[in-house]
Amino acid sequence: MSILINKNTRIVTQGITGNTGEFHTRQCLEYANGRECFVAGVTPGKGGQEVLGVPVLDTVAEAKQQYGVNASVIYVPPRFAASAIDEAVDAELDLVICITEGIPVADMIKTRDRMRKMNSKTVLVGPNCPGVITPDEVKIGIMPGYIHKKGNIGVVSRSGTLTYEAVHQLTQLGMGQSTCVGIGGDPVNGMKHKDVLQMFNDDPETEGVVMCGEIGGTDEEDCAAWIKDNMSKPVAAFIAGVTAPPGKRMGHAGAIISGGQGTAQSKIDALEDAGVHVTLNPSEMGSTLKKVMG
Amino acid sequence: MDEAVSAAEQLGGNVWVVKAQIHAGGRGKGGGVKVATSIEQVKQYADAILGMQLVTHQTGPEGKQVKRLYIEEGADIADELYVGALVDREQQKVVLMCSSEGGMDIETVAEETPEKILKIYVDPETGLDRSEAETVCAKIGIPTEAVSQGADFLQGLYQAFVNSDASLAEINPLIVTGDNKVMALDAKFNIDSNALFRQPEIVKYRDLDEEDANEVEASKWDLSYISLDGNIGCLVNGAGLAMATMDIIKLYGGEPANFLDVGGGANKQQVTEAFKIMLANPNVEGILVNIFGGIMQCDVIAEGIVAAAQEVGLSVPLVVRLEGTNVEKGRAILDDSDVKLQTASTMADAAEKIAAAVNG
Repeated sequence: MSILINKNTRIVTQGITGNTGEFHTRQCLEYANGRECFVAGVTPGKGGQEVLGVPVLDTVAEAKQQYGVNASVIYVPPRFAASAIDEAVDAELDLVICITEGIPVADMIKTRDRMRKMNSKTVLVGPNCPGVITPDEVKIGIMPGYIHKKGNIGVVSRSGTLTYEAVHQLTQLGMGQSTCVGIGGDPVNGMKHKDVLQMFNDDPETEGVVMCGEIGGTDEEDCAAWIKDNMSKPVAAFIAGVTAPPGKRMGHAGAIISGGQGTAQSKIDALEDAGVHVTLNPSEMGSTLKKVMG
Repeated sequence: MDEAVSAAEQLGGNVWVVKAQIHAGGRGKGGGVKVATSIEQVKQYADAILGMQLVTHQTGPEGKQVKRLYIEEGADIADELYVGALVDREQQKVVLMCSSEGGMDIETVAEETPEKILKIYVDPETGLDRSEAETVCAKIGIPTEAVSQGADFLQGLYQAFVNSDASLAEINPLIVTGDNKVMALDAKFNIDSNALFRQPEIVKYRDLDEEDANEVEASKWDLSYISLDGNIGCLVNGAGLAMATMDIIKLYGGEPANFLDVGGGANKQQVTEAFKIMLANPNVEGILVNIFGGIMQCDVIAEGIVAAAQEVGLSVPLVVRLEGTNVEKGRAILDDSDVKLQTASTMADAAEKIAAAVNG
């Protein structure tokens, strides 16, 4: 088992004819069962073409109808990305992973509102995220596949390279991963830490979790409250931005301390109170979990 | 000064307010807002405020130099209120925050008496509900005969927020005058930088004088850079890892001089520019490079580092930690170069080495 994706997931790349979409789809095709999993691409107006041996269609609905896709990954430029999410939601896919960075917040507010009002069953991961990988099965996103190793640790993070750092540490320690989920660095997004933790808790294959949070918002605090009452597996966490000054956006649109909210300390306190093993040393994310799990 | 005086004379009346125009709030408390009751006083206050280093809770301890003033007519204030709009990340909606406690420092109100802030979550489809706006106006103390005017302000504020792709829009204070008129005395807007492509009118207002010169230079090269107070420059790929690198520098007894994210696909030119920007900061006494190569290949970065160090004539200690794709090739390039540097295997190793090199 794993969460969200496995070798049976059938995926459409939205924006496959763009440079970024093509580049990363190539990497994903080459990883594990990529060739079986990535069955279609979509670029409006370019239906009928083929990219990397993958057929291109005009719409996500067609991709679903003709190739049975149940998930999509989005590399569409920021100004069109929210409507690309809307399209995948309308096609009632199970999962949409939006890699695109730089989508206006107002667009995401509308897209999320739309999903709520439709009672959409589609799960959104991102935007502004590295994607999701189930090692040795399928990789959907921009993470380097080879640092991963199949195993029993779940990883969830708001960041890209910091996730790779955590995964690399785990792999070096011989601790493989069940699934790694990048939920993204934007203020208005799909899955939250809590949603992913819930899935890891329910997944019989996952035995422990590494969680990387960062300053901004109250996602980690909300997650801590959930963990306290529900989580039955050990969680190790690192929160980036202890040294970040208030009022400054630290790269990610969502990484900003404002109005006294979103400090690293508040997140660390909440997580520690919930029994999470928080390390202040980003070099020790893997070893912190290893210590707990014995 | 003369301009301030002539502005006051033009406005007429016998009370004026002299305000510092900087990109930060909390100016009143910091001495950047003064009420003058004579032209002579306008002159005196303008003289004092213009050019001062204004320190508020939003500027950081070094403050911001005041380069512009705003002179306004004094108003007959019966009550000072606060209204603001921002994105609520949990609800994923715009929220209007309204409070009877206008004037200074809404953060303090939020912390100490949160019950004095009333919130309206706005449905993005239907916009701000008029009757809800009126109810809240009455609750924050706007007198009955002015409630309709207050609701106009709230609806206007929400509309302005949406139209300008704002991330924060506040009117502080929103005042009620002695004759029950509602007026906005000051406003602050933050704009979502992801939406600037469709806000050309707002981009025209950009005032580079108000921004950190290094941050402006960095943005030209698509580098995300923020100046900090320490002495160890750091260059990292990815925002989360960049923050984590700052944190670990501090953990090992150093002080980060900046946040610098070169992004996911940085090239040699960007790395060179990043070095120049870090070294333009006179406080920098050492540099830590931390790259986790995913899509970005370590050998390409290593070449960039060597080229940059040679081009800028690196004179401070440099510690480089590379990990990920093509790491062996990358390390070999660093080892074979003439650049004086130390390599590190982990983040902790890197932080320890640079802190030792800088702290002696």
